Amino acid sequence: MHRALRGEFRVFLTVENTECVMKMGGYGDVQMIDEDGKRVDGRGPGDLRPIEIEVGVVPVADGSASIRWGANYAIATVYGPMEAHPRKISRQERAVLDVRYNMAPFSTTDRMRPGFNRRSREISKVTSDALESVVQLELYPRSKIRVEIEVLCAEAGTRCVGLTAASVALADAGIPMTDMVVSVASGKINGVVVCDLNKEEDNYGEADLPMGVLPNTGDLVFLQMDGDLSPEEFQQAWDYNVNAAQAVHEIMVAALADRYGGGE
Amino acid sequence: MGEDSASDGRGSGRDIKLVVPGEALGPAGDRIVGHGVGRRGDLLIATRLGHLCEQGSEVSVVPVKTAYMPRPGDLVVGYIEGMRANIWFIDIGAPFNAILPMSLAPGKVDYGATRDAMDVGTTILCRVQEVDESHSSVVTMKGMGLRKLNSGFVDQVPPHLNAQIIGSKGSMIQMLKEASDCRIIVGQNGRLWIEGEPEGVRLVRDALKMIRETGHAPGLAGRVQSLLDS
Repeated sequence: MHRALRGEFRVFLTVENTECVMKMGGYGDVQMIDEDGKRVDGRGPGDLRPIEIEVGVVPVADGSASIRWGANYAIATVYGPMEAHPRKISRQERAVLDVRYNMAPFSTTDRMRPGFNRRSREISKVTSDALESVVQLELYPRSKIRVEIEVLCAEAGTRCVGLTAASVALADAGIPMTDMVVSVASGKINGVVVCDLNKEEDNYGEADLPMGVLPNTGDLVFLQMDGDLSPEEFQQAWDYNVNAAQAVHEIMVAALADRYGGGE
Repeated sequence: MGEDSASDGRGSGRDIKLVVPGEALGPAGDRIVGHGVGRRGDLLIATRLGHLCEQGSEVSVVPVKTAYMPRPGDLVVGYIEGMRANIWFIDIGAPFNAILPMSLAPGKVDYGATRDAMDVGTTILCRVQEVDESHSSVVTMKGMGLRKLNSGFVDQVPPHLNAQIIGSKGSMIQMLKEASDCRIIVGQNGRLWIEGEPEGVRLVRDALKMIRETGHAPGLAGRVQSLLDS
């Protein structure tokens, strides 16, 4: 959907024999959910996009995972614990998590300029802060655990996708953790709170609330917000994220079991 | 540890339970917290991805992967990463490089002549002499068999699979040596030095690849035997 479009016209999308009419009247007038609560991609308000996780996709890494979430595709790798270089980043009492989030130049329709930028730096930092809540860094003083997240195809919610993949990769690497972080983003479109925004909903919606939660305790380790939400809407988005995190966690556990077997 | 026996508490393949970090393992009660297990209030939780192991009242998790943590007495294969006038820095696959002082190097080395004796990239067989509380270690090459490794190949397996590679009473490693007609030294850091004819080395490396990928599952000895026979 090009932002330069003006005027009113009707676009019909057929998703599994259902039709959702999207009426466009300019940038601020995009209808993305109908009266029955059906979104443009056929999902209901609380539904997740399809998710597939595969473990051990980069054999040379100590731990790795790939994740396909909607049209998002990201790979996370973990190396370490290793000697902390440069020395100035090492800490006497614990390890440091060196997280690098990057989007490939071809991951979006508009070419991303290669290299680190302010957004990558911000997402790297919040991902590192979230993971530090669960990784037992005190077991490896003065060392470093390197986490690399590469987004190969972006379709909204890439920071959530990256954080979830990094959790699986850390588990695959045998890094001791008290839980695995699961991240989901809910938001508001046309006044309706929905779970797991897709690209159009993220671009034309009214609010976006990505969260990172620990599925076994419900603790919050990461929260950001764009746009406006009333307290009731915020609570609804929060509940969507926490419930969706449980479903995503089951997929993570199944992917790890698929790789290492050993069911009951 | 026998992969099919219950001696390690993992049981047979039928009832091996894979646990993920954060998974609840039941009430703590009088149970003893073992490796890979932590407490969350009154519950025991897994802190590593691995297979649950209950031996008596001790609950532990056998991890699918481990980092190598050096212990005094470990025989390790290391790579020289750097040097100063009187010490070498050795990569032994641990969170930190180990230190090899000039006084513990083979032969007589003059002060400032460390690069002439052993340059960066040299592979060595050494033994961990001491480890401090932050896991930094000192290694020595004064000892029988400790030397520079000027020939052969080095392959890597996760350190926790060393027991599978050696096998019960050395059976697996003996099987590999006989089938390949190669000299094999198993380092405690998961690095193996292999020397022999190319066909034999290839056979050993294929067996190690199988151990890396399926070492967590029971019946490993049988699978490796089938590979070597074929």
